[in-house]
Amino acid sequence: MEFGLSEEQLMLTESLRGFLDERLPMNKLREIAEGGLGFDGELWSGLAEQGIMGIMVPEDFGGLGLSLLDAAVAAEALGYHAAPTPFTAALVMAPLTLIASGDRAQQKAWLPRIASGEVRIGVGFAGMSGQTGEAVARLDGNKLSGCITGVLDGGDATHFIVYLGDGRAALFAAVEEPGVSVSTHRSLDRTRPVTALVLHDARAAILGAANDPKAAATAVLDAGRVMLAGDTLGAAQSMFDKALLYSKERVQFNRVIGSFQAVKHTLADIITMLEPCRSLVWYAAHAQDGPAEEARAAALQAKAHLGDAGREIARLATEIHGGMGFTDLLGLHYWFKRIAFNRQLLGAPERCRHEAAVAQEWVS
Amino acid sequence: MDLRYSARHRALQEEARGFVKKYGHLSPKTGGGRKRPDARALDWQKLLLERGYFSRNIPSEYGGFGLPVDIMELAIIAEEFSNAGVSPGIMNQGISMLVPTLLEVGTKEQCIRWIGPTIRGDIIWCQGYSEPGSGSDLAAAKTSARVEDGQFIVNGQKIWTSSAHYADMMFLLCRTESDKSKHDGLSYLLVPMNAPGIEVRPLVTMTGRAEFNETFFTDVRVPTDQIVMGRGDGWHVANVTLKYERMLLGDANKLTYRLARAVELMKKTTLDGCRFIDIPEYRERLLKLQGEVMASKYHGLRLMTEQAKGEDSGVKRLIVKLNGTMIAYRLSSLVVDVLGAAGLAYEPVGEAAEDDEATTWQIDNMYDIGLIIGGGSSNIQKNIIGERGLGLPREPKSVPPAVRG
Repeated sequence: MEFGLSEEQLMLTESLRGFLDERLPMNKLREIAEGGLGFDGELWSGLAEQGIMGIMVPEDFGGLGLSLLDAAVAAEALGYHAAPTPFTAALVMAPLTLIASGDRAQQKAWLPRIASGEVRIGVGFAGMSGQTGEAVARLDGNKLSGCITGVLDGGDATHFIVYLGDGRAALFAAVEEPGVSVSTHRSLDRTRPVTALVLHDARAAILGAANDPKAAATAVLDAGRVMLAGDTLGAAQSMFDKALLYSKERVQFNRVIGSFQAVKHTLADIITMLEPCRSLVWYAAHAQDGPAEEARAAALQAKAHLGDAGREIARLATEIHGGMGFTDLLGLHYWFKRIAFNRQLLGAPERCRHEAAVAQEWVS
Repeated sequence: MDLRYSARHRALQEEARGFVKKYGHLSPKTGGGRKRPDARALDWQKLLLERGYFSRNIPSEYGGFGLPVDIMELAIIAEEFSNAGVSPGIMNQGISMLVPTLLEVGTKEQCIRWIGPTIRGDIIWCQGYSEPGSGSDLAAAKTSARVEDGQFIVNGQKIWTSSAHYADMMFLLCRTESDKSKHDGLSYLLVPMNAPGIEVRPLVTMTGRAEFNETFFTDVRVPTDQIVMGRGDGWHVANVTLKYERMLLGDANKLTYRLARAVELMKKTTLDGCRFIDIPEYRERLLKLQGEVMASKYHGLRLMTEQAKGEDSGVKRLIVKLNGTMIAYRLSSLVVDVLGAAGLAYEPVGEAAEDDEATTWQIDNMYDIGLIIGGGSSNIQKNIIGERGLGLPREPKSVPPAVRG
C-alpha cells in the first residue's frame, strides 16, 4: 500500500506550476480576467504543449490515458495559479462522458479532437447536479430544446454536452447551428464565466451507449466535483502561501506580524485544515476507479469539505493581509472568488452532504 | 497511489479478522474509565502479545514479538481491531511513551529490565513532567535531584500526574544541574512510586473523578543508574517522549471508530419519534464530521507512507494532535447532543465498575478537553506548528512584571 503521488505525478505538478509561474504572472492574469471568458488562446496552446489536453483521453484516441488522480493534481496546479482556462468540463467531464456513453464512432470522432485541443466542450446538467438556476431539457428525436444555466467551461466552447434527466447525454455544436443560443456572462470569478444555453430544436447527437445511463452520468458528475475540490485545494494553498509570506515580511509595532500569536495561530489553523484536505482530494480522485458507494461518498465529501474549508481559509488568509487583502492591488481576491465559484458549482456543501447520506443509505 | 494490500498484508488482515472474530468476546471494554488493568485486561494483553498483535516490533529479548518494523502491518491490525470494536490492548503512558523512548535512547539493560513488565501491564507508569509553575513552559521545571551517597535525592512537586495513585513507577523530568542553563540542566529519572518520601494527592477534574494527582517529593532516593541517557540530557529525552505522546493523541482510528458509533446511535435513537439520522440539522453535523474524519484518516495514511519511506513529514506531522483532538471533541459533543436530556443523569461510578453509555460519553466529552490541553495544549501546538513547521519567528521575550511588595 502506498498513499501518495508517483514520481510522474510530482513531475506533472512541477512542470505545470513552472509553466504557469512563467506564463501567467499577475498582470497577464488581470488582462485575461478582464475579458472574463475563462479562455485565452495563447495560454490554451501553451497548456496543450504541456500535454494536459489529452489527460483523460485514452491512448488509443491520441491521449495520455491518465487517471483521475493525475487530473486532480493538474486541477490543483490550475487552481494554485487561478488559471483562466477550461478544464473541469472540457478536459475531464467531456472525455469521460464520451468514454462512458459514446459509441465507438462517436469516441473516434471526438476524443482525438479533445486531445489535440481542437474542440472545447462545455458541460451542463438538466437537473441532478445540485446547482441552483433553471435547468430543463427535452429531447424530441434528435432535437434538443430547453434552458440550461450554469454550464461549465462555456466561455469559448466549440461544443456542448447536456445531460438529460435520465442520464443520457446530448452533444451539439456551439454557435453555427440554428436553434442554439449561447449567452456567456462574466462571473464573480473573473477567471471563469457562467454560461446559459437556450435551445429550440437544436440538432444533437445522443450519447446513449452506457448500460446504466444514470450511473454513468453520476460518475461524470462526481469526477467534476473532485476536480472542483482539487481546484479549491490549489487556490487555498496559494492563499495560504501568500499569507505566510506576507506575515514574514510585513512589520508593525517593530515586529514582523508573523511573530504575533494572533497571526501565527491563524496560520497554524489554516495549515491544520489544509493538509488533510489534500489527502481527502487525492483519495476521492483515486476512489473513483473503485466501488460505487465508496466513490460517491468520497467525491461528495471532498466537494463539500473543500467548499467549507476553502471558504474559511480564503477569509483567514485575506484577514492576515489586512486592508491590503481587501483591495484590488494585491489581486488576492482572484483566489478568494475562485474558491467561491467552485463552492457553488455542481452542488454546494449542504447539498453534497445530503447526497452522501443517501449514497451511504443513511437516509432514503 | 496504491491502496491495495500486498498478498502478505492481505493474509495478515485475514488472520487479524479471524482472530477478533474468534477471541473478540474475551476483550475488555474500550473507552470510558482509565484505571489499572484488571484480570480480564491482563489476560487479553497476554493473548495479544503471544499472537503478535501487540508490541509486534519490539525485540523478543525485551518481551515483544520481534518482527521487523512494517508500519502497514500495524495499521492493518489497528484497523481490524477498531472495526470490530475490540480493545487493541493496554494503552497507557508507559507503553505508548516510555517504551518507545527507551527503545530510542535507553541502554540495553534498561530495555531488558523495564520493557517486558511494562508491555505485559504488570508495571504501570506515570509521567512526571508538569509542575504548578511549569506547564506549557516545561523546561522551567524546578523539581530537583542532587546526588548524595551514590543516589539521587529528589525534592519538589509535580502536577497532572494521571494514574499516579496506582502507578508503580514514574518517568520524571527534574533539575540536576543547577549551574547549567534552563534546557541543559534537566535529567530524566525512573522513580519507584513506593519510595519513601512520595506523597500522592488526588486531583479531582471536571469529570468528578480523580483522574490526575499532585505528587510531592521529599528526599526521595533513586539509584543513579535509573537515569535515561546522561545528566543534563533530560530535555532531549523528554522531547522524544512527547513526540510519541502527540502521535498517540491524534490517532485517526479512534476517530473512525467513534464516527461509526455515532452513526449507529443516530440510526437507533429518536427524537419525538423521528430518528436522529432523519433530522437534517443533526445529520448535517454528522456528515460534516464524516468529511473531517475521512480527511484525517487519509492524512494518516499519507504520513504512514512517508514514514515507511523514511521521509520527514515536517509540518504535516505537527498538525496531527491539534486536528485529531479537536475532531474527537466535536464528535463526542454531537453524541452528547443526540443523547440530549435523557443523557444528563450523571453518577460516574469511578474506577470500580463500568459506567452506563450516557455517562461514558459525558466523561469522554469532558476528557476530550483534557486531551486537547494535555501533551502540549492546543495553543502550544499552534506555536509549534507556526514556529517549527512554518518557520515563523518566536514571540520576543518579555520580562514578567515585578512582584509588588
